Amino acid sequence: MDWLPVLIFGGLLTFATRLSFIALLGRFEAPVLVTRALRYVPPAVLSAIIFPELLLRDGAWVTPWANPRLIAGALAGLVAWRTRNVLLTIAVGLVVFWALGWAGM
Amino acid sequence: MTATAPARTRGSEFLKGCLDEAPILLGTMPFGLIYGVLAVNAGLPVELAQAMSAIVFAGSAQFITAQLIGQATAGVVVVATIFIVNLRHALYSASLAPYLRHLNWGWKALLAYLLTDEAYAVAIVRYQRDDDAGQKPPFQHWYTLGAAFTLWSSWQAATAVGVFLGGSVPASWGLDFTLALTFIALVFTAVRGRPMWIAAVTAGVIAVLAHGLPFNLGLMLAALGGILSGMIAEAQAGVAPRRPRVDL
Repeated sequence: MDWLPVLIFGGLLTFATRLSFIALLGRFEAPVLVTRALRYVPPAVLSAIIFPELLLRDGAWVTPWANPRLIAGALAGLVAWRTRNVLLTIAVGLVVFWALGWAGM
Repeated sequence: MTATAPARTRGSEFLKGCLDEAPILLGTMPFGLIYGVLAVNAGLPVELAQAMSAIVFAGSAQFITAQLIGQATAGVVVVATIFIVNLRHALYSASLAPYLRHLNWGWKALLAYLLTDEAYAVAIVRYQRDDDAGQKPPFQHWYTLGAAFTLWSSWQAATAVGVFLGGSVPASWGLDFTLALTFIALVFTAVRGRPMWIAAVTAGVIAVLAHGLPFNLGLMLAALGGILSGMIAEAQAGVAPRRPRVDL
């Protein structure tokens, strides 16, 4: 599949979003309900990607204690929660993931 | 500002914008580098991975798009996801609009293209500081351009380095898993308050349950369900959520 048109279309929509109110001369404000809804977009979209990535493999449920991604992801989550440090979270998650793979999981 | 402050010129404003944006690059450039590595490892051709940084130019949307393309998601779902993830930029657009009203269309289009979380954050602080001082100095938009351009060029460079390195990373390193780890880190940074946790968990659970839907439509369903549940929780609690500490 040729993905370039997809990227261009997504890019144009993004540009239109960024230009929207600037083009409207700032005469209109976004409705309160919309601004509220937008705040939930990051946690909702991110979780919707994380959960299946950690729990499923090729669409099938993986036993939790035999699932290196879930274990590494949970520990990374703990680090993220305590430190809010993106790079440290990635580092800990990867090291655990590698260690479990090394241990034959 | 004291009366002795030097007069603002186009060049001085542009440079000031560049300098004020610089510290933020410590956070964004590693991110751009990781994006480049991951996009190539997710199966994107090198030129497409690099082009995305110029065409979409939005960190989290690029990570998610790379992931979705790697999963051979339907094009229309990818476009819809990019749109939804980047919708928050409308808020920045609304916030900056009054300050850009006097500019011509070329300027408006240019600054809109360059408008990201990190450029907005730096620019709006400066505009509001001028407001507080009761000033409306000339060339404020050159400051915004300096900040935004600094971010843009560093993002392109960081992506290029990542794309270059990405091809030499063996698949056995499992670097594709870094995407999920990045998202985990971001979700903990973004979530503040109970309604947001409810939104996050609801979205995650729906995503797992709806995983079998074609074209990765479960992702859309999960995002909408999460947003809705968060808003319901918020309405029941009767308090507005605090602004996420970091927008994506």
